[in-house]
Amino acid sequence: MIVELGHFALILAFAVALAQAAIPLIGAQKGWRDWMLVANPMASVQFGLVAFSYAALTYAFLVSDFSVKLVVENSHTLKPLIYKISGVWGNHEGSMLLWVLILTLFGASAAWFGGNLPASLQARVLAVQSAITAAFMAFTIFTSNPFTRLAVPPFDGTDLNPLLQDPGLAFHPPFLYLGYVGLSMSFSFAVAALIEGRVDAAWGRWVRPWTLAAWVFLTIGIATGSWWAYYELGWGGFWFWDPVENASFMPWLFAAALLHSAIVVEKRETLKSWTILLAILGFGFSLMGTFIVRSGLLTSVHAFAMDPERGVFILMILAGFMGGALTLFAIRAPVLEAKGVFATVSRESALVINNVLLAVSSFVVFIGTMWPLVAEMLFDRVLSVGPPFFNMAFTPFMVALAMVLPIGAMLPWKRGNLARTMRPLWGLAIFSVAMGALTWAMQTGNSALVPVGLALGIWVVLGSGADIWSRTGRGAMRARMARLTRLPRADWGKFTAHSGLGVTVFAVAALVGWESEDIRVVQIGETYYYGGYDLTLTSVDRVEGPNYVSTMANIEARRDGRFIANLQPEKRFYPIAGMPTTEAAIDYRITRDLYLALGDPQDNGGWAVRSYIKPFANWLWFGCFLMALGGIFSLSDRRYRVAAGAGKTRTDAVPAE
Amino acid sequence: MNGIRTILAVLCIAFASTALAVQPDEILDDPVLESRARDISAGLRCLVCRNESIDESNADLARDMRLLVRERLVEGDSDDAVIAFIVERYGEYVLLRPTTDGANIILWVAAPVLFLIALSSALVYLRRRDKAPEPEKAGLSVEEKRRLQELLKE
Repeated sequence: MIVELGHFALILAFAVALAQAAIPLIGAQKGWRDWMLVANPMASVQFGLVAFSYAALTYAFLVSDFSVKLVVENSHTLKPLIYKISGVWGNHEGSMLLWVLILTLFGASAAWFGGNLPASLQARVLAVQSAITAAFMAFTIFTSNPFTRLAVPPFDGTDLNPLLQDPGLAFHPPFLYLGYVGLSMSFSFAVAALIEGRVDAAWGRWVRPWTLAAWVFLTIGIATGSWWAYYELGWGGFWFWDPVENASFMPWLFAAALLHSAIVVEKRETLKSWTILLAILGFGFSLMGTFIVRSGLLTSVHAFAMDPERGVFILMILAGFMGGALTLFAIRAPVLEAKGVFATVSRESALVINNVLLAVSSFVVFIGTMWPLVAEMLFDRVLSVGPPFFNMAFTPFMVALAMVLPIGAMLPWKRGNLARTMRPLWGLAIFSVAMGALTWAMQTGNSALVPVGLALGIWVVLGSGADIWSRTGRGAMRARMARLTRLPRADWGKFTAHSGLGVTVFAVAALVGWESEDIRVVQIGETYYYGGYDLTLTSVDRVEGPNYVSTMANIEARRDGRFIANLQPEKRFYPIAGMPTTEAAIDYRITRDLYLALGDPQDNGGWAVRSYIKPFANWLWFGCFLMALGGIFSLSDRRYRVAAGAGKTRTDAVPAE
Repeated sequence: MNGIRTILAVLCIAFASTALAVQPDEILDDPVLESRARDISAGLRCLVCRNESIDESNADLARDMRLLVRERLVEGDSDDAVIAFIVERYGEYVLLRPTTDGANIILWVAAPVLFLIALSSALVYLRRRDKAPEPEKAGLSVEEKRRLQELLKE
């Protein structure tokens, strides 16, 4: 019964979404205030209905209602509670419902926190957002209904894919969706502004928090996915340039470009049409990602290929929204005249360079991702485009970005003087290069990867420090320190996020360039020496988990006789799903991870064991965390809080006189 | 997203045992040859997995290919010869680093060409902004005037 109610609520929400996509738009066009305002309660109602629908599906998972097809296919009574909850989105149908839920959540947020927007703009934003929501609701209801019942319910389910039964992967999709869908808000703002024919500083200020939020969520989502791959796949890879990863990386790059160019719109009322275009394309790439993942288009092995009907449906959504928005853009862009004049050497120009680098690198990833398809269709060649291509084609952009970042971040608005901006930076630049050179001299081997990564990382982090320090003005140390604590949070956000990028650049270089590996057969009781550690395989046991059996080794790590850690790499087998997984054991430290994975028993006794030293692996996740944290700092800046609460403060403000 | 890694991991593991990618018995005694073998395998794609190199893959076919690479190396083939041998047997599809011949040149020049186009258009735009006259301040719209009145009243 509850399941049917959930299904019904979703259909009802679809009806509301259709109405909300039309009524406020007409109202805004005709200037009918009540038609515009109806969008607000409608957005809340939509969210309420979808939330109920989602709760109903979660309920079916929690009580293991095996008359629901989706529950049978993705759950089991023995599955731990947390994976019953995460199992709701660990499959196509449920994840689409989550996607729709987040769409309505963003729509409702725009209704709740958008009180300070002009009524017509808000009405149009909500209408566009609702049109997107309606399209995805139709997709869910007509092609991927999560509420389908079975005529003959089985006694138990077939269990969730064991790889998804992991805390890292359980929370990876919701964050990614929050990011993808968050970009729909920027899109809605862009389209609404195009309909309105007006983009001003205020628009830049309104659209930026949504973009920032989407970018923060994407950062967290990508980082958790990467971290999961690192510890789960058994050899510590963290990025593979796979189509589905690229599908999340392209919107991330676009969102990063957009949130920088929105600053220019906000502060200087220029770069308007470019910013609008970025907002449209950012969401376009996010839809493209959905299409790639759901259609199975780029999956050459067909085991996971989805229903082609679904692919076509998403392609229609993509074509409809992109086609419509870009046509509107072509018609309206000339109206958006730039206001601010600025010199060639200025912060504006630096941000244009930032946008060029981010947008072009994103297109390069796009071309690389789609090339196998193009080559097959047009040139009849079946080929692959893998990591070697992406590393070569993409890395130069990031190197260039890191090189110009500290300079661009310190250039003044409107008109700058490169020599003056560089004055406090020369020392840092020389220091960074010197540190890189020192590293190159000290390391074994000739690879320039780590020295360059280290120099760039130091340059970006110190440069960000110099930037925030310069914001404290002149005067005594104590006064400047005091001013440092009172700087706007946006400044702290900029410092934190930029430093995070520096840390990430260094960590990627160190991890890729300096990792080492050891593969050998180890007898029980045997001690082997690797990477400065004495590792002893003390035992290999069979351990029963809740819904799996595990072969668990115990390896004791010592350094110069001193005990470091007991590590337990495992191989698990999930009998219901009929699938094995590897669980690496990792000793996390600041400068390195000791990473152990267990292999097969050997014919002549003993076990295959893989050991790795992964230098500075934690810095990678820490760098991503800093980037996300920087975004959160900026998001909490006073100018957004004040803007968001403006509607409220107006009513309860006490007149001064 | 049902992460790519999920898909590839599911596929590879579904097709194979839980053996580690490179197994102890595959490793060549000569460390120079072995390191060449590793470098070559990292650039060759496992055919049954979705997007893993044979160096990372657990699939049986990947193991066969790794052994083949090592066999050729031991016979004294150069790196290029080994790769050519594998490509001849399994097709262009195994190359993770696409060749630069034929239409693939479009792929390889895409990055620098796009960058130059974007950079030059940006520079043209920046030059123009530099010379553009300061626009006159536009007046407030009706809505803005209303809002200003409202704010001033408080």
